[in-house]
Amino acid sequence: MIDLWYKLADYVLPFDLARYIFIKNALLAVLLVTPVFGVLGTMVVSNRMVFFTEVLGHSALTGIAIGILCGIHDPTFPMITIAVVLAVLVNILKGMTRASMDNVLGVVLAFMIALGITILSRQGGFVKFTTYLIGDILAVTPQQIAWIAALFVVVFVYWYFAGNALILTSINESLARSRRIRTFLVETSFTILLAVVVMVAIRLVGILIINSLLVLPAAAGRNVARSVGSYTALSVAISMLSGTTGLFASYYWGTASGATIVLFAVGCYTISALTGRIRHKLFV
Amino acid sequence: MLFQDNKEIASSVGDEFCRHCCIKISNLTVRLGNKPVLDNVNLHIHCGEVVAIVGPNGAGKTTLLRAILGELPYRGAMESRIGGVEGRIPRIGYVPQNLQLDLDSPINVTDLVVLAISKHPVWLGVTRRLSEEALHVLSVFSAGHLAKKKIGELSGGELQRVLLAIAMTAEPELLLLDEPGSGVDIQGLSLFYQLVRSLREQHDISVIIVTHDLAGISNYVDRIILLNHSVVAEGKPAEVLSNEKILHTFGPSLWNISAMPTLPYLKEQP
Repeated sequence: MIDLWYKLADYVLPFDLARYIFIKNALLAVLLVTPVFGVLGTMVVSNRMVFFTEVLGHSALTGIAIGILCGIHDPTFPMITIAVVLAVLVNILKGMTRASMDNVLGVVLAFMIALGITILSRQGGFVKFTTYLIGDILAVTPQQIAWIAALFVVVFVYWYFAGNALILTSINESLARSRRIRTFLVETSFTILLAVVVMVAIRLVGILIINSLLVLPAAAGRNVARSVGSYTALSVAISMLSGTTGLFASYYWGTASGATIVLFAVGCYTISALTGRIRHKLFV
Repeated sequence: MLFQDNKEIASSVGDEFCRHCCIKISNLTVRLGNKPVLDNVNLHIHCGEVVAIVGPNGAGKTTLLRAILGELPYRGAMESRIGGVEGRIPRIGYVPQNLQLDLDSPINVTDLVVLAISKHPVWLGVTRRLSEEALHVLSVFSAGHLAKKKIGELSGGELQRVLLAIAMTAEPELLLLDEPGSGVDIQGLSLFYQLVRSLREQHDISVIIVTHDLAGISNYVDRIILLNHSVVAEGKPAEVLSNEKILHTFGPSLWNISAMPTLPYLKEQP
């Protein structure tokens, strides 16, 4: 499978890039992960879950720490476990508490970061975990790409069947329930999927900026979209565009790919915000 | 408990229509935290009846709706009889008070209707056939011209009409309207209620309207139920509005409203 991609990439990429296998791997990873982020991001932004996904991303620190305490070499599994538990807990809590969700999440964020750093910094050893903070797309392995490809399929199949229910639930929960939609199930399955995607992608783009990749394309699409269809399409397109341009730019500039991609996404957001304003002035 | 025994109303209103939906709620108690929001509520919504549940803010009106929708755990019994069959849960059309939307939400009216009438994933875009169907659904409620508008751009009255159109696509046996008056001007509201009444005549549905506007609702309903954590009183609009004892019992807020029968929309009987 991956050989097929390598051959295809030889035709698509300019020669100086096509020499390197790691560039081809990184490009494939970006092409698979950015549409997923584009689609999931639409719901994160519509449901005002931006702070929640920030907390989710940072919970990776605790996941890594607990993995190390348990002597597990690859921290992906403990990271996913912690994130999924957190996602489900927050979803349950949301239905129970009358306290501001922002405050609750703030406390959880502080706890997750502090616990993670405390454990990881024993004997001054935090430096070796900085790759998780920034991420490294160029180091992505074919095995990781296979995981991402599987998630790509899962997310789009899920979205095909549950997308309508998610949108209706985000518009009005009671309205959704009167339509026989099991809103708790819908919301919980979405946050679990979100948790898994974020944890798998964190290796690539890093804890510090993963949330920007989730939020920016959707926020940019929202500035100009006038329907659910165009919102989703724009979000996916902007995500893929800033992903690929950011990846290539980071190669030529010798910078961290994740951060460079985010800069391009911020550019897209700014352009869309201006376009939205101009259109508003012209037509309304 | 002034009009608690409503056998007379049941025979006059209920049996006449009695082929579709009919809901009996007995000893319904809902607690949020330690506080009972609804305490021993007994209600009988007859078939084909338009009922207003009126009460001040915090009286538990919306909680009652949410219990009927099955969203909240409750103690007590909720029985239904539809088309002579006992126990089946009625198909409910629900018109929410408002939507949890940001003004810039990229959802247009067509999207919202398609969400309700089809399983086609809206995020893939709406096909021409579906958008024509949506237009048809909307034009029945004279909302066809709103199809391309974003939901956040609608006025209160327009949104209510769109939501009513959507609720009716479920072919409901019971229609629940949550505070349809909020954000709608008096004229728009009067039109809206007339629309609801005409729906009742065409579709044989029962309608529950939750509101705090006793005066505004009284011309359009068969029965008014005054709710303040439990049923305080119930009766035909004329009985409720003319009974000073009820109005006093129920509190000064309603007493004030009842002192405004000179408003023009109260005089015109539909």
